[in-house]
Amino acid sequence: MAEVEETLKRIEAHRGVIGTIVVNAEGIPIRTNLDNSTAVQYAGLLRNLTQLARSTVRDIDPQNDLTYLRVRSKKYEIMVAPENDFLLIVIQNPCE
Amino acid sequence: MPPKRPKSASSSAGSKGRRKGKTIQSPARVEPGHPEDIFPMVLTSATQELFGCRADEDVTGESPYKLLKKDDIIQDIKTRAAVSDFSPVKQIVLDYPEDELLLVYDRDFTYDQSFYLAVTPEAKDRILNPPEPETSQVLENEVNKTPGPKQWISLGSEQEIDEDSIKETRKRLWYKFSRVQRKFGVPVCFSDRNTADAKDGYLECASYQDSRFSIKQMQRDCGIQAVPRLQSSSAQTQWKCQRNIFTQYIPRELSDEEKENILQSESLKNFCNLVTPRVLQALQQEEIMNVFIDDWKALGTAAEDGDWSGKVSEGFMLYQAFTDQNYAKDKKISSINWHPTIYGVVAVALTEKKEERLNEFTTFAIRPSFIVFYSFSDPSNPQLLLESPDDIFAFEFCPSDPNIIVGGCINGQVVLWDISAHVTHLQGTQPSGKKVSVNTDIFDLDDNKENKTPVVHYCALSALESSHKAPVTDVQWLPPTFEVTRTGLPVENKHKISVQVVTCSPDCTVMFWDVRLPKLLSHSASDRKQKGEQKTQLTPYSVPDTFKHLDRTWKPLFRVSLPKIDTSGEYAPLKFSLEQYTCNSDDTSRTTEKADENDESSAVVPDYSQLRVPSAKTLMTLEDVNTKLYIGTEDGEILYTDWKLEKDDSGRLYSAKPLHCYSIHHWLVNTIQRSPFFKDIILTTGGYNFAIWKEGVMDGPLILSPSSEQVCTVGCWSLSRPAVFFIGKEDGNIEVWNLLEKTSEPAQVHSHITNARVTCIKPWTASSKQHFLIVTDELGVVRVFEIPKTLYVPSRSERLSMKKYFELEEERLTDLLKRKELWAKQKKEAEELKKRTELDKPVRSLEVKEDMNMKEYSDYLTMEESILKAIGLWPAAADTPDT
Repeated sequence: MAEVEETLKRIEAHRGVIGTIVVNAEGIPIRTNLDNSTAVQYAGLLRNLTQLARSTVRDIDPQNDLTYLRVRSKKYEIMVAPENDFLLIVIQNPCE
Repeated sequence: MPPKRPKSASSSAGSKGRRKGKTIQSPARVEPGHPEDIFPMVLTSATQELFGCRADEDVTGESPYKLLKKDDIIQDIKTRAAVSDFSPVKQIVLDYPEDELLLVYDRDFTYDQSFYLAVTPEAKDRILNPPEPETSQVLENEVNKTPGPKQWISLGSEQEIDEDSIKETRKRLWYKFSRVQRKFGVPVCFSDRNTADAKDGYLECASYQDSRFSIKQMQRDCGIQAVPRLQSSSAQTQWKCQRNIFTQYIPRELSDEEKENILQSESLKNFCNLVTPRVLQALQQEEIMNVFIDDWKALGTAAEDGDWSGKVSEGFMLYQAFTDQNYAKDKKISSINWHPTIYGVVAVALTEKKEERLNEFTTFAIRPSFIVFYSFSDPSNPQLLLESPDDIFAFEFCPSDPNIIVGGCINGQVVLWDISAHVTHLQGTQPSGKKVSVNTDIFDLDDNKENKTPVVHYCALSALESSHKAPVTDVQWLPPTFEVTRTGLPVENKHKISVQVVTCSPDCTVMFWDVRLPKLLSHSASDRKQKGEQKTQLTPYSVPDTFKHLDRTWKPLFRVSLPKIDTSGEYAPLKFSLEQYTCNSDDTSRTTEKADENDESSAVVPDYSQLRVPSAKTLMTLEDVNTKLYIGTEDGEILYTDWKLEKDDSGRLYSAKPLHCYSIHHWLVNTIQRSPFFKDIILTTGGYNFAIWKEGVMDGPLILSPSSEQVCTVGCWSLSRPAVFFIGKEDGNIEVWNLLEKTSEPAQVHSHITNARVTCIKPWTASSKQHFLIVTDELGVVRVFEIPKTLYVPSRSERLSMKKYFELEEERLTDLLKRKELWAKQKKEAEELKKRTELDKPVRSLEVKEDMNMKEYSDYLTMEESILKAIGLWPAAADTPDT
């Protein structure tokens, strides 16, 4: 528990990071530092997107797998790292 | 007929050959199936070889005949006796008259054996010879021979023949045609005639369906094609039970215990460990640089705005010049303002020049002073005149109602005007609008002719005894977001309009005024009436009565005095600047119910005469208003003080000492202005230099310009570029400073903009393409310049760069102060050291010591000077000549 907390704190302390969400396999946020409704929205939407991206990668080459997905928008960048059953979503404000 | 011969030949022989119950037509023989002269026999292979009649080799089906010598056979019989095959035919062979016997290979086993022997010569001949010629002869004979007539036996066919044959049933009729006698011998002419031409020319026997007779067609040819049988069918269900169904869902959430469980689990730990490195890497990548910048595009934005047509105008282009002979002659312009809403209208405050003012004191003639309104559309005639009792040093338009103008007089009084009656006149002078003739709505009986400029008398004047004792040098409206109470506490402003004015004057006070009717006691209603009557006698009828309640009785809300920090006495303020406070969102949320009312009321500017000063208790205190002022004094000091009044021990309100005081300029401070882009950056000009301050940085100015040769008379920020500001000089030059280009000298110097000292500069943004800068001078001439594009289009991220620049400057400042302390310390230490060494070495003569000391000290001074000069912080000499 402490390690997890410490890791997440390290990520959150990075410059520009607005929020992080840890999502389980079903798309329910486990731990987040944003408010609940935002976290739920992000988790639901991004989980679908991640699954789609992952299936795309694997369709092309079944030996391949998705390592992470970065969605860059005008205002910020969303990073999704899928692994096993969990999902880590990080929202960051880019450098400028 | 070949088949005949074998028939006849074999019918006699073959039929005998067939043992199988076939009826024999030829006479039956007792012989076991072969004719008398044929003797079937079996020949062994040895015998066959001996006689050269091997089966299928010497004798075959085609040539089955073999002639054997009698003698050979007898020889064979003799040699082999009983074993010989010929032994059964020994007698036959002996009796054979000829020498040769015929052996026939009977391939077909017609006589049940593979060979047979022709017993008699006749048989031999018969077999060998007669077959071919006999058969042909027989054939020829039979072909040539026609069968002889036989007796015909009637079998009934003659009846059919009779029936079918055609016989004449009657005698043939004879017709003889002959021609008429006379036509004998005449040539005959035959012609053709169709049968249908003549009636009854023919007799037709048409075919008809005979009903008695019908043939059923039992067989008919017809073609058949197999066609796939297609069938289309559809089905439609009926929506019998119509019912709308909807679902509403909420997202699933895990309970806290579940979350705890998951957080504890191993898999989550693994996941975190695996994922963290790449996430950190990605975050760092983001932080380092933005990979998505399109450099080409970014390069282009600055170039697009640039005017590449070749007509890049670097200088200020004179747009208009206003001057008026009647009113502006020989006058100095003290203050100027653009009209906030009407395009192209400027208001200019004219004051007498010093020398003439002295004359005026002796004469006691009250020469009315004016604020003159000019418009772009009519440069030579003023549009409006505001009359004031005395020269105006400073005036301002009210931010919430541009028809209200407050001005500060040279005698310390504060004046209010209301020009709402003449606004249409001013608006009618828009360049696009037509010239409006005298508006009949305006009840100004002074205007007898159309050409005469309308004059607006002031509507309110502050009470003489409670005004300033020295000229009012600066007037400002408080922003419509807050107001202050009698103690200086900022409270919320219910109506969101500017109702309070702050003035300052070199009589060492800053006064806060309220334009609303002060809260009256119940018995003062009668007082009001009396005053009203008095007022009606005093004021001319053409003056709007917006501020009638204030006239001659206007007192300030409270006074702020400025005691000196270190010594006794007070500072003499010349200019001040307060922070423009903008409402927080919290405030608006709290007053949302009232916001609607306020919106309606703010759409219609409330009548100032109806407003009352609310009780301080009913209003909410605004905590985050910055109540501190920056004040520039007569002696060139910049003060930072709080306007809130405090209570001392006896309960009296007094002003606290200023928080900070900096002596930077060495003469009158003539400008303190906040940057329109940064709330806490202030530009101050005075003496021979100018400075830029940051509110909150108490150590000194961020930037202090090097002393220039000319006195800086006025400064103002550019409205569109955060890094640009303009400084006006004594000799009529305008310096354009761009902090991002050069910090030690102006980016541009426009010389001789005016012929005399620059008194006022004010920029204005008329439209996105038109940026004006108005420059006024001591001679009463107003010049309007167009700012060139390069000076009003901000460079890319200029604001950000400026912000960073100011932060850098701040750091530098703190660093420098630390260094100064360090140097001072070092200097002290060095001196102490020297003292000690002096004591240790009394040998040195006093003069030498003194010289050494002086030398060292002067060395040190020069070093300090050089260092400070290099940094640009060398202050100008304190004793600048007074011009």
